[in-house]
Amino acid sequence: MSENIFITEAEIAGDAEGPLAGKTVAVKDNISTDGVRTTCGSRMLEEYVPPYDATVVSRVKDAGATIVGKANMDEFGMGTTTETSYFGPTDNPAAPGHVPGGSSGGSAAAVAAGEADLALGSDTGGSVRCPAAFCGVVGIKPTYGLVSRYGLVAYANSLEQIGPFAPTVEEAAELLDVIAGSDERDATTRTEGDDSNYAAAADGDVDGLSIGVPTELLEGADEGVVETFWDAIARLEDQGATTHEVSLPSVEHAVEAYYVIAMSEASSNLARFDGVRYGHSGGYDGNWNETFGRAREEGFGDEVKRRILLGTYALSAGYHDKYYKKAQDARAWVKQDFDEALSEADVLASPTMPVPPFELGESLDDPLQMYLADANTVPVNLADLPAISVPAGEADGLPVGLQLVGPAFGEKRLIRAGSALA
Amino acid sequence: MSDDAVNPEEVRHVAALARIDLEDAEVDRFADQFADILEYFETLDSVPEVERDVDLANVMRPDEEHDCLDSEDALRNAPESEDGYFKGPNVS
Repeated sequence: MSENIFITEAEIAGDAEGPLAGKTVAVKDNISTDGVRTTCGSRMLEEYVPPYDATVVSRVKDAGATIVGKANMDEFGMGTTTETSYFGPTDNPAAPGHVPGGSSGGSAAAVAAGEADLALGSDTGGSVRCPAAFCGVVGIKPTYGLVSRYGLVAYANSLEQIGPFAPTVEEAAELLDVIAGSDERDATTRTEGDDSNYAAAADGDVDGLSIGVPTELLEGADEGVVETFWDAIARLEDQGATTHEVSLPSVEHAVEAYYVIAMSEASSNLARFDGVRYGHSGGYDGNWNETFGRAREEGFGDEVKRRILLGTYALSAGYHDKYYKKAQDARAWVKQDFDEALSEADVLASPTMPVPPFELGESLDDPLQMYLADANTVPVNLADLPAISVPAGEADGLPVGLQLVGPAFGEKRLIRAGSALA
Repeated sequence: MSDDAVNPEEVRHVAALARIDLEDAEVDRFADQFADILEYFETLDSVPEVERDVDLANVMRPDEEHDCLDSEDALRNAPESEDGYFKGPNVS
């Protein structure tokens, strides 16, 4: 497998019968699998073998699917290209020589290459939608609380959700039906996804659908991407949808708010990796501060260190109000803006990514430029809303994704609209 | 450059708080990058104070005994253990 899609290949058989019987599923390597190593793309967890299954893994197995491998990813989900993985980059099967997007790049690549029928990823600031867009497949970021995070190795709990990848919207919806629903092991789950039938909504009926296009999410986007986006919108209009412009003034601050919140949560979540109970050991020379410092120096890559340190800084005495509190204000503002825009439209549409897939190795040196590429996806996580990325077409031979955002627990509406395109 | 431009000493201080050892070259590189990133974060200054109406309810469950991970499974990933306990480094 030249693309380096899987960190660990495996064959975990599911039940003989169920809605996913006969289907193969790739699972992002930050989702725990009982007895199969789960590395988070990090040297820190190179040899970590979970003693239990994540809830989504149990549900996929109960539904009859076979898990075929643990997919490559940016280390601990921190990246937009899958290049921060300790296990090396993944090539994009839909655009060789380019990144597959991230952080769930291996999951999207597995579906694009036909190595798996379906895949699971996690989306903290776009980590399902970005690789879906870059690899030309469908990816869904569910409403916060729709899918259990039990067994997902935490990066930024208040933002992340596990979501499905598939070649078509209908198949993605079938996987969402399996994983959605309340779980007593994750107190943030809600009951809206219990007994769901999202797949039935994939009828492609967009007649009368009102689509709002936030002007701020087109500003600064690559010309070819914007052209492909409008072509896809025109196809929806041909089928009876109407379009109007909306404004989300708060999204100007979404990237910085997202990174302050995500890094702050990461600095706390990743404090658990001390090399004593699991993970890369710092040895036993010196006192615990010295061995922990060594374990974390050796176990974490650059981007993870960067985010832990910036998160520690943002939460430290004297800076908390300046960064963290302001970021929470921005988050509340983003939510209000979306609520308002969605009171005048059924769904909101934008390019998923403002740029086509980067060339491999193109973008690693400038972290800030990389963060800015997440401009269209992070506002959705700040607002806890559902979104879907569907293939819109190509720009200069490279895949472009169209993102649709809906109201909380409005997955059916997104699936119906998205299925008109893929 | 922001007023709070990051100097290498600050990077070392934060790294010590986060228990991450850094090489000198890493400290210098991070200091440069953090200056850029934090300058960008400064734009949060212009965000207005926003009323946050949180619609959250506590989730409660009965406090009952149930099965949990046995200690053999829990210790399986530990680099070292002794008599059913994790073995850590010296405290001081």
